[in-house]
Amino acid sequence: MAGATAAPSNAPRKKGGLHISRSALPYVLSLPALLVCIGILIPFVTAVWYSLQRYRLSQPWAQKFNWGQNYLDFLYDSSFWNTLQISLTYAGLTVGIELVFGLSIALLLQKRSTLNNFVSIMLLMPLMTAPALAALMWKLMTNPGFGILSYFASLIGLEDFRWASSPSTALFTVVLVDIWVYTPFIMILLLAGLRSLPTQPFEAAALDGVPRLQQFFRITLPMLLPYILTATLFRLLDSIQQFDIIYAMTQGGPGDRLTVFQVEAYLDFFQSTNIGRSAALLMILWAITFFLSNIFIKNWLRLRERARGTA
Amino acid sequence: MEHTSTLERVLRGIALSLIVLFFMFPLFWIFLMSFQTNETILRIPPSLFFEPTLGNYKALITGKLDTAAGSLDIAFMKNLWNSVLLSTSAVVLSLILGVPAAYAFARHKFRGSEDIAFTLLSFRFAPPLLVLLPLTIYFQQLGLADTYVGLIWVYQLICLPLILWIVRGYFEDISADVEYAYRIAGHGWFATFRKIALPLAGPGIAAAGLLAFIFAWNNFVFALVLASADKQPVTVAALAFVTASGIQYGQIAAGIVLSITPTLAIALYAQRYLVEGLSLGAVKG
Repeated sequence: MAGATAAPSNAPRKKGGLHISRSALPYVLSLPALLVCIGILIPFVTAVWYSLQRYRLSQPWAQKFNWGQNYLDFLYDSSFWNTLQISLTYAGLTVGIELVFGLSIALLLQKRSTLNNFVSIMLLMPLMTAPALAALMWKLMTNPGFGILSYFASLIGLEDFRWASSPSTALFTVVLVDIWVYTPFIMILLLAGLRSLPTQPFEAAALDGVPRLQQFFRITLPMLLPYILTATLFRLLDSIQQFDIIYAMTQGGPGDRLTVFQVEAYLDFFQSTNIGRSAALLMILWAITFFLSNIFIKNWLRLRERARGTA
Repeated sequence: MEHTSTLERVLRGIALSLIVLFFMFPLFWIFLMSFQTNETILRIPPSLFFEPTLGNYKALITGKLDTAAGSLDIAFMKNLWNSVLLSTSAVVLSLILGVPAAYAFARHKFRGSEDIAFTLLSFRFAPPLLVLLPLTIYFQQLGLADTYVGLIWVYQLICLPLILWIVRGYFEDISADVEYAYRIAGHGWFATFRKIALPLAGPGIAAAGLLAFIFAWNNFVFALVLASADKQPVTVAALAFVTASGIQYGQIAAGIVLSITPTLAIALYAQRYLVEGLSLGAVKG
């Protein structure tokens, strides 16, 4: 590292190259990325500003700074608590199930074999499908008129199973789509983790006749923990902000059954045109993700250093 | 692990089959549906056996949808083209902005470098609407509303963190000594970057570009908020198509198949790099 940064001062420079002073060089190289950062920080600051205002497009004359009244209003706003509850439930359910499911599949595919590799590549396909389009696919399959899944449901006696259009099963349906799309994410990360674990502890345990279940809880799980943490937090950060699947499937409905943070903020902005409330909702979501991403980045960095062989 | 019993092997086989069934069935079913007429789709019970038709694809490609109520114009091909244009341009811009920055972050520790890198990373995890909603208002004022340029710029939000952090990892993997030797021979930094660092990190950069393309292609919310029908990529257009065409289920399925084929193909091609890309460079496959 130091070798590369120390300029070979006595070496003759070739003519015609780009000449930028050595100390300025890294700044020049990263300037465009910095500008993009600033370009994104400006709307962020604007959002903070909106969230502190009474601001409805339908009443432009009444726009004024209202000292966090939007946030205080949330305390007595039952639809806010509904949003918070449904967002947390959605994130908890999806990530929890995907973790158990993804870890099981990863363990099943752990051994390198042609079949296992083939299956793991196949499982990537849902993950590479745009979530909004995945939701549409499931919408076609759960259509009450001709949907294949509705047909299967009727075969097992659920004659009138209405999937996403019934308040009692809407959450189940979108969680199912989320699981379909994102379980492979956890699976592929944990599979890479499992395959990178050193083999000696397992050989030693096998020699000592340690039961497989105990091997799993005492050796595999602790060694896999950094991967599990990173994958889980990564998913949690995305899942608490889920928009595509829910919006494409039900637009937050039926009623307000699935109005998670971003869907609610979107509807506030474009349907009720209540900009102030929309921005305040997003600020609260941002606070949650900021908290989570700080924990995430610590774990992620540790894993990254390990992968780069610098730790 | 060698002495697996027959029972265990059978159970493992059953489990694997169920997993493959769950994850593959929706793709398989929509694929079949795209070759059926509405009539066969609506038949109950559903059947695996039907006379395949290319009519749905033909309707999408020619842009003419023949319904009972008459002919309907559809612009699905235009949306497909929008997806290609937006994703490709966004990735190219991201590579131009991100690769030099990634090189700077990998090779030089300078004041503020980590701050910029982590700020960019944090964008990946912030709620996109937080930035998008104020942007709709700014874009109106700047004349960027509903333009490709505006959209491509916003797409940097997903492409740039990905490119920056993955490519940075690849540059860090290359020993600085090679570059040092080349510089000793009297070459400037740009020649070193172009002749040594870029070719060595080349495959990684290409893979990062392909992954960024997949994420840009699959994005939904940016264009939903910022683009009108004319500029929309397939992800948003497919949703509008459902509402517009009502009951043309075969065409909807064909539209979905056309929309997901490019990303699936790229993913299969670049699958070796997928783990690294999905974890933003933290896990190697």
